[in-house]
Amino acid sequence: MTTGGSTSATSSGPSGAEPGVRPALQPGRTARINRSKYLRRKSTDAIMGGLCTFAAVLGLVFLALILFTLLSKGLRGMSLDLFIHKTMTPGNHGGLANAIVGTLMQVAIGAVIGTPLGIAIGVWLAEIGRNGRLASIVRFVNDILLSAPSVLIGLFVYQVIVKPTGNFSALAGGIALALIAMPVIARTTEDIIRLVPDAYREGSVALGARPSTTILQVVLPAASGGILTGVLLAVARIAGETAPLIVTSLGNLNWNFDLMRATASLPMTIYRYASSPYKEWVDLGWAGALLITFGVLALNIASRVTMYYRARGRRA
Amino acid sequence: MTATTGSIGLTARPHPREAAFSIALLAAALVVLVTLGAILLILFQAGYQAFARYGIQFIWSGAWDPPRELYGALPAIIGTLSSSFLAILIAWPVGFGIAYFLTEYCPRPLRGPLGVAIELLAAIPSIVYGMWGFFVLAPFMASTVQPWLTETFAFLPPITNADESAGFYWFSAPAVGVGLLTASIVLAIMILPFIAAATRDVLLSTPTLLKDGGYAMGATRWETMTGIVIPAVRGSLFGAVLLGLGRALGETMAVTFVIGNANRVPDSFFAPAASIASVVANEFPDAEQGSIKLAVLFALGFLLFVVSFVVLAFARLLLRQGRMA
Repeated sequence: MTTGGSTSATSSGPSGAEPGVRPALQPGRTARINRSKYLRRKSTDAIMGGLCTFAAVLGLVFLALILFTLLSKGLRGMSLDLFIHKTMTPGNHGGLANAIVGTLMQVAIGAVIGTPLGIAIGVWLAEIGRNGRLASIVRFVNDILLSAPSVLIGLFVYQVIVKPTGNFSALAGGIALALIAMPVIARTTEDIIRLVPDAYREGSVALGARPSTTILQVVLPAASGGILTGVLLAVARIAGETAPLIVTSLGNLNWNFDLMRATASLPMTIYRYASSPYKEWVDLGWAGALLITFGVLALNIASRVTMYYRARGRRA
Repeated sequence: MTATTGSIGLTARPHPREAAFSIALLAAALVVLVTLGAILLILFQAGYQAFARYGIQFIWSGAWDPPRELYGALPAIIGTLSSSFLAILIAWPVGFGIAYFLTEYCPRPLRGPLGVAIELLAAIPSIVYGMWGFFVLAPFMASTVQPWLTETFAFLPPITNADESAGFYWFSAPAVGVGLLTASIVLAIMILPFIAAATRDVLLSTPTLLKDGGYAMGATRWETMTGIVIPAVRGSLFGAVLLGLGRALGETMAVTFVIGNANRVPDSFFAPAASIASVVANEFPDAEQGSIKLAVLFALGFLLFVVSFVVLAFARLLLRQGRMA
């Protein structure tokens, strides 16, 4: 490395073989030693860089492998019947229609309960609690709920709702999903609202608006795009949740629209089918897995794309 | 914003609508605290029967005998901890590598898309990881990886107790595919994006001035990383790993598919085992309401919640410390 400064170190590869790396302490003796040391340092750097590049490639390879498996196995069971017929015993050409509807029901319940709660928490953290003691505790606990084991949230809902009502139910499943969505939405809402410039708030207050008016009519509209992204990401997260549903909505081979009864869901059906010995069921399970994964990934990508364009539009 | 800003000069008391508004928001915020408290309380209360019946030995008893109603948490605890730690051992270096690549080597236009691709790994539902692990990875492990490991590490002496009734035989076990090691690998792939993303954020938060100092002294990129950046953000980097560990501890579906679901302490890396989450998922359908078994499952859930709470709390504290700096 020459004394040319940091740019050559960060952007280019081996920048020539000039040996004058640093002023030698004992002139005349160190030139050759320095050079071999220099080469060793350079090669260590290159090897570690190569290994890290390999790690990134490895991550992509796993993503590709999983998507490839999903496509190759899932397309086999994919057909229009999937969306028309309900789940049936093996050999009867069943589909996944009731499971798809059940998942939509439960995710809707989760989103309807979780979204306003999450947004309210985020607003409180960003606008009222701010850097206070209570706010930092709420933020901390919210972050823990964000990664709490989802199966335990299911067990909690089982004890609080399923047991007293005496029935596994779509409502219980939906509430469990709401508890999982809530911290995700709260976190993104707070982050986004903190990005809203204070000038907006000052302008609103200067016009004589009450705090609630400022929040509801100035701050929230300015943050609406980012909040929507957070909600979409939360929906994507809960749509694929399986563990909490095992203990709350259980699953159902038949159609069911009663919120107070056991209801099928796509992840639960996939779980049951994939661990069954019937080839027909396993194929259906893969088709279901393909459906849900691409649904979730599409939601993810869509939310990122809207976020990206909004950010670009604002900057321009 | 305080509630008084809107009522300048008229009265010191906030408008009733303002009071209602801020109380409603405060109530929502308190839901967070209440939820956490209620989960802890309910899990403990529902599992109390098990703690009362087996006492504190419940935690280190290895029994699992449903007909005689003998239950112990040890196999599930060991399965949870060992699979999670193995997963961290695999995912940590790879996750760090990805983060280092993304922050230092990756061409700028590729950074965004690559970062998103890695994060998409985190979006794939865990049940899909489980199916992939069971139908693709496990057969490959059984046919190729496990026989190779058995042969390569045959020299490792087994660790046994005096009468050889129990011990740990490393990689010397039948290659059945599903088991502790396979579960750890699937878990590692699952937590990889969490570790990589958190590590990347930590590395990006290091002041450029620090790095420039390193380069100006003639240090290579790797030397700057290991000599300057890592010592500066060591705590936060550890936080990122703990975050991954917290995820791994509570992961249910992926583990249930590939860990083999044998409720005993694993005697090799290939042995089928069980984790707390997989035991709950597997045994719950057979546990009748009011039975001691259901109480045992809740007690296991309580233990898992406490452990992941501690791990996640440490992770957040370490990560937050870094953000302040």
